[in-house]
Amino acid sequence: MEEKVKEIIQYYQGDKSYLVPILQDVQKEFNYLPKDALCAVSTHLSVPISRVYEVVTFYKAFSLKPKGRYQLSLCLGTACHVRGAELIAGNITSLLGIKEGETTSDLEFSFETVGCLGACALGPVLVVNGEYHGHMNIAKSTKILKKLGKKGATDDDQD
Amino acid sequence: MINLTIDNKKIEAEAGQVILEVARENGIVIPTLCSNEALEPSGACRMCVVEVKHGKRTRVVTSCLYPVAEGLIVDTKSARVMEVRRLVLQLLLARCPESVQLKEMAEEMGINPEQRFTPDTDNSKCILCRMCVRTCEKVVGVSAIGFSYRGSEKSVGTPFKKDSVTCIGCGACAYVCPSGHIEMETTESGDARKIWGRTFKMKACKVCGRYFAPEDQLTYISEKTGVPAEDLAVCISCR
Amino acid sequence: MTTKIKSFDDLKSIQERLKAGRDPKNPCITICVGTGCLAYGTQKLVDNFREELAKRNLADKIGFRTTGCHGFCERGPMVIIAPEKVFYQRVGLSDAGEIIDKTLLKGEIVDRLLYVDPATGEKVVHEDDVPFYKKQTRLVFGLNSKVDPESMEDYLAIGGYSALGKALTGMKPEAIIQEVIKANLRGRGGGGFPAGWKWDSTRKANGDPKYIICNADEGDPGAYMDRSLLEGNPHLVLEGMIIGAFAIGSSEGYIYARNEYPLAIKNITLAIKQAREAGLLGENILGTGFSFDVKINRGGGAFVCGESSALFASLEGRAGEPRAKYIHATDKGLYDKPTNLNNVETWANVPFIIERGADWYTSIGTEGSKGTKIFSLVGKINNTGLVEVPMGTTLREIVFDIGGGIPGGKKFKAIQTGGPSGGCIPEKYLDMGVDFDELTKIGSMMGSGGMIVMDEDNCMVDVAKYFTNFLVNESCGKCVPCREGVRRMRDILLDITEGKGREGDGELLEKMASAIIDGSLCALGNSAPNPVLSTIRYFRDEYRAHIEEKRCPSGVCKALITYSVDAEKCTGCMVCSKVCPTGAASGEDKKVHTIDPEKCTKCGACRESCKFDSIIVR
Repeated sequence: MEEKVKEIIQYYQGDKSYLVPILQDVQKEFNYLPKDALCAVSTHLSVPISRVYEVVTFYKAFSLKPKGRYQLSLCLGTACHVRGAELIAGNITSLLGIKEGETTSDLEFSFETVGCLGACALGPVLVVNGEYHGHMNIAKSTKILKKLGKKGATDDDQD
Repeated sequence: MINLTIDNKKIEAEAGQVILEVARENGIVIPTLCSNEALEPSGACRMCVVEVKHGKRTRVVTSCLYPVAEGLIVDTKSARVMEVRRLVLQLLLARCPESVQLKEMAEEMGINPEQRFTPDTDNSKCILCRMCVRTCEKVVGVSAIGFSYRGSEKSVGTPFKKDSVTCIGCGACAYVCPSGHIEMETTESGDARKIWGRTFKMKACKVCGRYFAPEDQLTYISEKTGVPAEDLAVCISCR
Repeated sequence: MTTKIKSFDDLKSIQERLKAGRDPKNPCITICVGTGCLAYGTQKLVDNFREELAKRNLADKIGFRTTGCHGFCERGPMVIIAPEKVFYQRVGLSDAGEIIDKTLLKGEIVDRLLYVDPATGEKVVHEDDVPFYKKQTRLVFGLNSKVDPESMEDYLAIGGYSALGKALTGMKPEAIIQEVIKANLRGRGGGGFPAGWKWDSTRKANGDPKYIICNADEGDPGAYMDRSLLEGNPHLVLEGMIIGAFAIGSSEGYIYARNEYPLAIKNITLAIKQAREAGLLGENILGTGFSFDVKINRGGGAFVCGESSALFASLEGRAGEPRAKYIHATDKGLYDKPTNLNNVETWANVPFIIERGADWYTSIGTEGSKGTKIFSLVGKINNTGLVEVPMGTTLREIVFDIGGGIPGGKKFKAIQTGGPSGGCIPEKYLDMGVDFDELTKIGSMMGSGGMIVMDEDNCMVDVAKYFTNFLVNESCGKCVPCREGVRRMRDILLDITEGKGREGDGELLEKMASAIIDGSLCALGNSAPNPVLSTIRYFRDEYRAHIEEKRCPSGVCKALITYSVDAEKCTGCMVCSKVCPTGAASGEDKKVHTIDPEKCTKCGACRESCKFDSIIVR
C-alpha cells in the first residue's frame, strides 16, 4: 500500500498543493481511504496527519469507509428536487435499510445524494456505478434495486 | 501616519495596522472571542465587527482584520453591529448552554438567549474559536490537533479521534481555550498529565525536583533546537 | 495537430487550409455527446452510425462529427444533418441505418423523428426553425455544434485562435484591458463584477508571479452551462485565458474544475495537450516572446469552493475555508500573489470581444448588462436545456417562448435564479428583462445562470427549506453567523413544514437574516438568507398557512398533507395497493380503494402509479 501511495505522490512531484488530487487517486486505487494510506500520504508528502484528516473529512468526495459493490448516487439538485427526487430518496433508504451516505452491512450497496449532476432534462436522475438512469420515479427505483439483487425489494408485501 | 475616526474620536494610526489594534491602543473596547495577541487574527467569531464608512460605502467588517485607511470612519456600536453581536452570542449560547464565560459575556452586553433556538445537548463547550488549532500549528509547530468535517459538524480534535502520536502534551491548547472545553488532568503528584486521551510522563526538574513539563515536549524541543534533552531538564524558576 | 504554429501568419494559413478542406455543402452527420445526451445512451447511437456508415462504405463520403451540448437537452438524442440542417430529435439508439438510407442517400425525411411544435402542431424540419433555437442568440454556445471538442483542427477551421493572434501581435496589454472594460464584460459566475477592472487591478498589483484562474467549480444545483462549455468547446475557454494572461502579465494559470465533471476535465485536458503541441501554450507563443501555461486542478466536492478565496485554499491543498477579502485577491490571492479569477463563461466571451470589438459587444444587451448570457432552464418546464439570450430578454420570453411553458398545463408559480444565493421571482415580474442590477433589485440575482421553474404544485416554504438545508450542508463552518445561524434558520423552516411553526417565526427569520447577511465572513453566508427572504417577501400567504393553519396549500409538506382516494375517479384497479409499502392503500378488485391515514407514510408511490388521477393529496 505504501509503495502505491509513494507512486501517486511522485506522479504529482511531491507537490503539497496537489493533496486533493493525490487523495482522489489514492481513493480510486483502494475504493476508499484506509487510515494507513492516509498516514503514508502524511509521511511522504510531509503534511501533518491532522491536515490530511481535515481535508479528507472536509470534502464530500472522500470516504473513510469502504464503498459498496453498487454505488448509487441520486441527484438532489434543485431541478430534480422540484420534480420529486426526495420521495425517491426516501424509497431507496427505506428499501436498503441505511441512511444517506452509508453502505449496507453486506457491502453490496452504497447510497449517497449529490448536489447536481447537470443532466436536468432527465431529472430525477439515479446513477448506478457511473451509469445514468433518467426519468426516475419510485417504482423504477424499486425495480432497479430488485434487479441488482436487493432482497426484499419485491412487489409483494411479504418478505 | 493615517488619520481615521473611531466613534467620533479622531485617531492617528500607522499604515498596516488593523482597526482592533488601533482601537485598543486608544482605550476603545471592542468585544472579541477568537482574538489572541500571539496569533494571527482569524475572523471566525464575528464579535469584533464594526461598521466602516469609506467614501460612500458602508460595510460591516471584522475589526481584527480590516486595515486602517485615511479618512475611514468607524462606528463600533452601530445598530447593525449590535445586531450581529447579539445574534452571535445568542447562537453560541444555544450551542454551548453550559458555558459560564459565554453567559457572563452575554449578561455584560445585555443579551438574552433566544428562546426559539433549542439548546444543543451534546455538552460541548467548544465555540470553534480556532485558538487551540492555531496555537498548535503556529506557536508550538506540532499540528497535533486540527479540524474535521465542515459546517455544523465541524469539530476540533485529534486525527481519526484517536490518540495523536504527534502531541507533545504541552497543554498550550488547554491554556489558550477560552471556554474550558479542552480538558487536561494532572495527577496529584504531578508526575503525569492526561490530555486528548493520552497520558504523558512528566519530567522532574534537575534542580528543585518539581514536575514541570512532559518528557515528550522536552524531546521535541531538543530535536528542534539541537540542545541536548538533559540540558532542558530545568524548570523556569530554577533557570 | 502536432506542428507548432510559429506566428500569426502561420496560424492564418493553417486556418485557411483547414477551412478549405471542409466543404460546408458536404453532407455531414452531427450528434451531441454531451453528458446529458450520453445519459440517454447516445454512445450506442454513435457506434450504430459508425457501423452503418462502414457497412455502406460511406465513411469517406459522409462527414460524421460528435460534438458537445447543443442545449436542447429535453430532446436528446439529437442528430443534425448538414448542409440543410435537418433536425432529428429523440432518435432511437438503432435508427442510424434508417437515417442514412432515407435522409442521406435519398434526401427523404424520417417523419417520426421530427420535432412537433406544440403550439401549432406542425412538424419542424430544420434546426433553425425549431422555436427553442429560433428565439435564442447563440453567440457563444452556438459554436458547440460546429466543433468536435477533441479536434483542435475543427476549432481552427472556424477561425479559432484568431483573437489570440490579433491580441498578441497587434495590441498592447493595456489596450486589451481597455477593450474589455469598454465592452463592460461582467462576471458570468454570479458576482457580475466588471472583468476589465479586475484585470486592470491585477496588472497593476505588486507581486510575482501573477496567476489567472478559471473557476469551473459550477456548484449551483441545476446549473450546467460551464460544464457544457468546457466539454463542448474547451479551446474557446483556453483562448480567452491566454488573451487574459497576456493582458495581465501572467505566465501561470489554473483551471479549477468540479470533481463531478469527468468529461469536461477529460476534454480540457486534451485541449491543453493539443494547445501545447501547437505552441499556443508554453514558451514564446506565436513567436511573440509571451509564455504562459495552464494546469488543471480538481475540486473535492464542496460548493463553497466556488467562492474565490475558498478556491485558492483548495488549490493550495487545504480545506476550502474562505478568508476575509478586505485585501482583494487581485493584490493577494493564490499563495498571497496577485490573482485574477474569472468564470468559464466569462473567459469564453473574451475572444469575441477582441475579435469583433467592444462597440459591437455593447450593441447587445442592456445599459448595465452587455452581451449574452447562457442560462440552464430546468425544473417544471417543457423544453429543459441550455439557452443563450441577449441580456434584457424577459423572463416570460425565456420561460414560455423558448422554454415552451409548464408541462401538464400547470400554472407558473415562480422562477428561481442565482442558485442557493439567489431568490424566487413570482409571476408579476415575468416581464422583467434579465439584467444583473434589475434581478438584484427584486431580491434575487443573476448568479451563474441557473433558472429553476416552479409551478402550482411546488411549495415555496419547502423550496426555502431545501435551499437553506443545502447551505447548511455546504457551509465551511468557520464563522458563527453562517455555521450556527443558517442551521437555526433551517431548523425553524423544518418546524414550519412539519406543522410546528410558531407565531413570530417569519419575523424572527427576517431579523436573523439581516444579522447573518451583515455578519458572515463570505458570500455563501451573506447570501444564504436570500431564498428565505424572497419567499417570505412574495409568498407570505404560504408561510401564514403553514404557521397559523398548519396547512400546506401545494400539498407537498408531508406532515401537513393527507393522501386519500377520489371515489369518483377510482376504478378499483388495485395498482396502488400493490405498490403501497405499508398496506395503507387497500381495497377489493374493481371496488373503490381507501387509504388508511394511520398507516400511510406519504411516500407518494400510489399517486405515482395511479393512471386515473384518483389520488388526492391535500
